[in-house]
Amino acid sequence: MNALNNNALLSRTIDMTHGAGGKASVQLIRSIFVKHLSNPYLEQGNDGADIGPVAGRLVLTTDGHVISPLFFPGGDIGSLSVHGTVNDLAVMGAKPVCLTAGFIIEEGFPVDALDAIVSSMAKAALEVGVPVVTGDTKVVGRGQGDGVFITLTGLGSVPEGIHLSGDRARPGDCILVSGTMGDHGIAILSKRENLEFETEILSDSQPLHDLAAAMLEVVPGIRVMRDPTRGGLSATLNEIAYQSGVGMALTERDIPVKPEVHAACELLGIDPLNVANEGKLIAICAPEDADALLAVMRAHPKGGDAAIIGAVTEDANCLIRMKTGFGGSRVVDWIAGEQLPRIC
Amino acid sequence: MCLALPAKIVSLPEAGMAVVSLEGIRKTISLALVDDAGIGDYVLVHVGYALHKVSEDEAARTLKLMADSGILADEIAELA
Amino acid sequence: MMKYVDEFRDGKLAETLAAAIAREADPARSYHFMEFCGGHTHAIFRYGVQDLMPENVHFVHGPGCPVCVLPVNRLDDAVELAEKYGVILCSYGDMMRVPGTRQRSLIRAKADGADIRMVYSTLDALKIARDNPDRQVVFFAIGFETTTPPTAVAILQAKAEGLTNFSVFCNHVLTPAAITHILDSPEVRELGIVKINGFLGPSHVSSVIGSAPYEYFAEEFGRPVVIAGFEPLDVMQSTLMLIRQVNEGRHEVENEYARVVTRDGNLKAQQLVSDVLELRQSFEWRGLGTVPYSALRIRDAFADFDAEKRFALTPKIAKEVKSCECPSILRGVKKPTDCKLFGTVCTPENPIGSCMVSSEGACAAYYSYGRFRNAEAAE
Repeated sequence: MNALNNNALLSRTIDMTHGAGGKASVQLIRSIFVKHLSNPYLEQGNDGADIGPVAGRLVLTTDGHVISPLFFPGGDIGSLSVHGTVNDLAVMGAKPVCLTAGFIIEEGFPVDALDAIVSSMAKAALEVGVPVVTGDTKVVGRGQGDGVFITLTGLGSVPEGIHLSGDRARPGDCILVSGTMGDHGIAILSKRENLEFETEILSDSQPLHDLAAAMLEVVPGIRVMRDPTRGGLSATLNEIAYQSGVGMALTERDIPVKPEVHAACELLGIDPLNVANEGKLIAICAPEDADALLAVMRAHPKGGDAAIIGAVTEDANCLIRMKTGFGGSRVVDWIAGEQLPRIC
Repeated sequence: MCLALPAKIVSLPEAGMAVVSLEGIRKTISLALVDDAGIGDYVLVHVGYALHKVSEDEAARTLKLMADSGILADEIAELA
Repeated sequence: MMKYVDEFRDGKLAETLAAAIAREADPARSYHFMEFCGGHTHAIFRYGVQDLMPENVHFVHGPGCPVCVLPVNRLDDAVELAEKYGVILCSYGDMMRVPGTRQRSLIRAKADGADIRMVYSTLDALKIARDNPDRQVVFFAIGFETTTPPTAVAILQAKAEGLTNFSVFCNHVLTPAAITHILDSPEVRELGIVKINGFLGPSHVSSVIGSAPYEYFAEEFGRPVVIAGFEPLDVMQSTLMLIRQVNEGRHEVENEYARVVTRDGNLKAQQLVSDVLELRQSFEWRGLGTVPYSALRIRDAFADFDAEKRFALTPKIAKEVKSCECPSILRGVKKPTDCKLFGTVCTPENPIGSCMVSSEGACAAYYSYGRFRNAEAAE
C-alpha cells in the first residue's frame, strides 16, 4: 500500500494514463473520487458494490449528462446529475437507495475542475443521503468529449400501495406543478455564447425526493408524477397525454412563471413551456385529492409556488389545449427538438 | 416578422451602447440607430439594436382608444 | 409587469374589443384582411385571437416571413460558404432548421462539421471576426426592413475597424414590393380567388420605414391599411379600424402602432441603409417568383464586405419538392390544410418547406397552435 499512500495528483490536467487502469488511475480515483464521495462501499475498492437485500419494489433509472456549460448559475454537472437521477426515482415514488457514477473525461480537462465537480456531486448526494457506491472512469482523446460526460444510475425502492405511471391519467383528473417553469433553461441560456444577457435567475436544480415523499404520504393515490426536464412542461405533458390516451385543458394564467423568465423568453422568442426545469415536478391526481395535494405541496419548502394548472380531458387526438391569458385558445404542442432563439 | 420588444435604458456604458432592462433581464445593445435616447427612455429592441424610442403619450392614447371602442359598443347596444 | 407589453395583452380589454368588433362587423359582409407580417400570424395563433372574432372576419396569412420567402438556392449558397470555403458562418436562429435542397439545413451541415454559429445580433458576428483574425467570418443576413439597418451598421463598423475577415451574405427584402406583387397578382386582381379587403400593416418594418410608403397601396389599389402593433390587443384594435374603413367605404392608411411608428419612420436608420445598400433589379422570392426592385445588395463602395464578391458561389437552380404548397400558401391562395403534405409528411419534426420550419410560417402556426380547430371541424 506504500506506493499508493501518496494520493496527491501531480498533474494539473487529466491525461490518457488516468484512464488506463494503472497507478495513475488509482491515484485519480483516490485523490478525487474516494476523497469526496467517501463511503464504505467505495473504500472497499471492489469492482462492484454488494449493497445487501433491499426492501420494497426495486426501481432503476439511468441518465447521461452531457451539458454545456459544465458550471452554470445555480449549479454544475456534478450536483445536476445527482438531482436529476434522484428526481427520476422520486417521481416513480421510489426512495433513493444508492447511485453509481460513470465518468468519461476528455484528455486535457483541468484537475481542479474535476475536483470541483466531484465535490459538488458528493455534497448533493450527502444532502439526499444517497451514497455513490461504485463508479468507473475513462479518459478519451482530446476533442472526443466535451470536457466531461457523467452517467448516473440510481436504485430506489417503492413502498407498497404506490403506483405511479404515465398511462394512468384519466379524464377529470387535476394537473399540478410544484413551482415556477423555465428557470433552469433560462439560467443556462444566459451564459450561452453569442446570447449572453445578465440575469439573477439561477437554475432550480434540486432534489425532490422529500417533496415527493410528503405528497405521497398525504395522497398515495397520485396517478402520475414526472419531472419536466428537457423540452419543458409541454414535452412532459404531451408524453403523458399520449401514454394515457387523453387530452388536457390548461389555463395559462395559472401556470407559475417568474417575471424574469417570462421577459427572457420574450426577448429570445421562446415559450417558457418549452424550457427545461431541473427542480420541479408535475403531478396528476383524482379531482377529489387536488386540494389536499396542493396544500401539502405549498406547505413544503420546495413547493411554495405550487399550483393547479388544468385538468385531464377526453380527447382521441391527445391534444393539450390551453386557454391563453388573453382569452383565446391554443394548442400546447410537442415541439421538434430544442426551441432556438429567433429574430422574426 | 421582427421580434422586437420595448425595454428601458438603465445605463450608458460607452458611446453608442446602452444597457436595457426588461423585468430584471439586462442586455447590452447598440444605439447606432437612434439619437438622443437616454437613461429612463424606453426603446424598441430588435437583434441587439434600439430601433425607435417608445412614446409614452402615444401608448396611453392607444390604450384609451381601445377602452373607448369598448365603451362605444356598449352605448350602441343600449340604444338598440 | 413588462411595460408597453402586458397592458396590450389585457384579457378584459380584449373582451370589450371583441364585443365592439362583433357589433360593428356587418353580418351581410365577409371581411378578409391580410396580415402581411409573420409576427402577426404568430400572435394571432399564440393568443387565440381568431376565437374572439366573429365568423365573418377572416385573416389571410401573407408572405411577411423572411425565412419562408428566402429562395432555396440562397440557403444552399450559405451552406456552400460554410462547407466549401470553411468560413465561420454566423446566422440568426430562425434559419438554422430550414431545409435546403435535398433537405440539407444549416443545422445538418453543422452536424457534419461545418463551423456554423447561431448569433442573436450582428454585434456577435463582429466579435467573432475580431476574436478569429485567421478565419473568414460571413454573416448570413436575412430579414425585411426591420433587420436591415443592423446589417448596414455592422458593415460600417467593420470598415471603421479595418476588419479584413468579415463579410455579409445579403438577402434583405422589401415589404412594399411584396405587397404590390400580391395585389398585382392575377389571383387577386382578376380572378378574385384571393379576397383581400384590407391589410394589417407590419409593426416593426413600419417603425423603420414609416407609414408613408403604404399610402400608395391605399390609393392605387383602393384597400385600407392599418399599421398594427405586435400585441394581441393591437391586432384586435387594428381589425376594428379596418372593419370601420370597409363599412364606410374608406381606403386610408391609419396608424394603430403610434407609440413606435410615425409617418416618416426612423430617418437615421433609412439613411444608414441607403449609404451601404442599394436595390437589386430583381430577386427571386420563394413562392412569389421573381419580384422587381424587391431586395437589397451591398454597394460597390463596400464590396470588400460582400460575401458574394469575396467568394465564388456556384450558380444553383432552386429545387422545390413538387407537392409542397408553400408558394401558394405564401400568396394566400391556399391554406396549410390544403397542402397534401401538411401534417403527414411535412411536420415540424420533418419540415419539407420553409412555412413549416419558421415559427411564423403559416404552416407551423397552424400545426402548433391551430390544429385542433381543424380536428373539431372534421368531427
